[in-house]
Amino acid sequence: MKILTGNDLKSGAVVWWTGVSWSLDVNDSADVGDHGAAIIAREEGVQNVFAAYVVDGEKTEEGVRPAHIKERIRAFGPTVRLDLTLKPSDPDALNWVI
Amino acid sequence: MYKYDEYDQQMVDVRVEEFRDQVRRRISGDLTEDQFKPLRLQNGLYLQLHAYMLRVAVPYGTLNSTQMHLLGDIADKYDRGYGHFTTRQNIQYNWIKLEETPDILAELAKVEMHAIQTSGNCIRNISSDQFAGAAADEIIDPRPYAELLRQWSSFHPEFLVLPRKFKIAVIASEKDRAAMRLHDIGIKMVRNDAGEIGAQFYAGGGMGRTPMIAPLIREFVPLDQLITFSEACLRVYNRYGRRDNKYKARIKILVHELGRDEYVRQVEEEFAHLLTQPIEPPLAELERIKAHFVEPAFETGLSDDLDLTDPDFRLWVERNTTAHKQPGYVIATVSLKPVGGIPGDASADQIRLMAKLGREYSFDELRVTHAQNIVLPHVKKADLYTVWQALDEAGLATANLDTVGDIIACPGLDYCSLANARSIPVAQKISERFGSAQKQAEIGELKLKISGCINACGHHHAGHIGILGVDKKGLENYQLLFGGSEGADTSLAKIIGPGFTEDGVVDAIEKATEVYLANKQGEERFLDTYRRIGMDPFKEAIYG
Repeated sequence: MKILTGNDLKSGAVVWWTGVSWSLDVNDSADVGDHGAAIIAREEGVQNVFAAYVVDGEKTEEGVRPAHIKERIRAFGPTVRLDLTLKPSDPDALNWVI
Repeated sequence: MYKYDEYDQQMVDVRVEEFRDQVRRRISGDLTEDQFKPLRLQNGLYLQLHAYMLRVAVPYGTLNSTQMHLLGDIADKYDRGYGHFTTRQNIQYNWIKLEETPDILAELAKVEMHAIQTSGNCIRNISSDQFAGAAADEIIDPRPYAELLRQWSSFHPEFLVLPRKFKIAVIASEKDRAAMRLHDIGIKMVRNDAGEIGAQFYAGGGMGRTPMIAPLIREFVPLDQLITFSEACLRVYNRYGRRDNKYKARIKILVHELGRDEYVRQVEEEFAHLLTQPIEPPLAELERIKAHFVEPAFETGLSDDLDLTDPDFRLWVERNTTAHKQPGYVIATVSLKPVGGIPGDASADQIRLMAKLGREYSFDELRVTHAQNIVLPHVKKADLYTVWQALDEAGLATANLDTVGDIIACPGLDYCSLANARSIPVAQKISERFGSAQKQAEIGELKLKISGCINACGHHHAGHIGILGVDKKGLENYQLLFGGSEGADTSLAKIIGPGFTEDGVVDAIEKATEVYLANKQGEERFLDTYRRIGMDPFKEAIYG
């Protein structure tokens, strides 16, 4: 699947396109197929999200996982500060990110 | 240390308010991201992997306690409770909000700090010897000259849009502790045969994808021509540096392609022209600056004795302290490399503790090192045990300076949008593998540096052992390099062979240290043994 990501303008937080709006949780991502560029062009005018681009991902039993390690780290948090991941209390968070 | 005058303060204050308005217009939609991006970069605000990152300038790495304390408060108030000290003697925060950035800059301005020119194609933070003003081996304190260069380069209208970023280092000792020849311009303060102080200039060094060691371009520049000669070096670069290809835009490429002699000829020609123009600040200005760097009121007649009966303290003194020019005092380096830790990271509480120790025990001074550690430059030996105890309690007394545990590592793929591989986990694993004090003592000095991409922020080219993370078909892969040095004997490390996985590179380093220990003669360092016996014995042991 193709998923669309960007950053929230005010906070800088990584956000994901859900099909109707933007979410902080990659698991809310919609498959944008070939429509990524069109969505980016439309959303850029809204100004709340910037630096948007499309990445490869897949839907697994655990949720949506970006294909490349860089995008997974971006989606879930740094591998060296598990307290700063999206699952700060999960002792298994490292395996989940990588 | 230098104290802002009304002009310095006004410049910084005005910039804060200018940026506050720019942020307001960006958020309201009056500015597009394309319009806003160069403005935020001019104020040190990047977009990194997870959020905005703010890089704060620490000129020549020198801080007072009030400034250091504020850096801790900013970590708490605006970030996630920590800051990351970098190889440019700066501090970076990784989780900054755009809308709060003007407030951060306003708080920094109150203590004479800013983030101006910490990004962009301009002259960046001037770096220097972290032991400046305290080292027993320096001929003069290099910081007044670094400060003069800072004032010349800040907002210099001709050099705000250079072909690429530009880095300057100033030292004043034979022992180079600032990687001077790996800068765009390296300046070494020297004394000539007549006993006069002047500047020796090197130009065209750097790391990145095309590492180069800067050649000497002038033996001696008189102090009253320091800025004029610097301006000549920059002018030739600004005029002829390549703007068509960002990978060939640094001055090192220009010097290499022109040849050192032709670059020097052009600089000298420009210099002769500039000497006819009144651009050099009067020496009185240098004297004004120097007055801010007078020696602290050291006590005299102090004993040099230390009670070393505590073995942990003894080890730390042996490893992490350096001779001071004043009897009874010592330079103490606080390692930000605990075993298994993140090189360069410090919590808000740790930052404030270091500030407190600087205030109480080091004449209100601290330094950030390019190796991502913190220095208390003037500690009375009689106070050293008390200082060490406080550091130890805060997890800041790791005795590993310049050993295999004292690793430089860039933020890598965990934080940086440019990186191809993670650096920090590799550093953590190596630090754990070689964590015992006994092992580190056995190996001795071994400078290990890790970069997560070819941009070389982790200085891997200058490591006795360097590690470069690359992306190999979507997987992290680590190339191993040997033989680099950043000191007076600067050399560039060479790749020894095919790369490794994360665990594989740690094993390879262990094998390399075994080769070293089996071959070392006398007090030879790893680097010296490598230089003597060459790469082959290491390759044989590592690749079989």
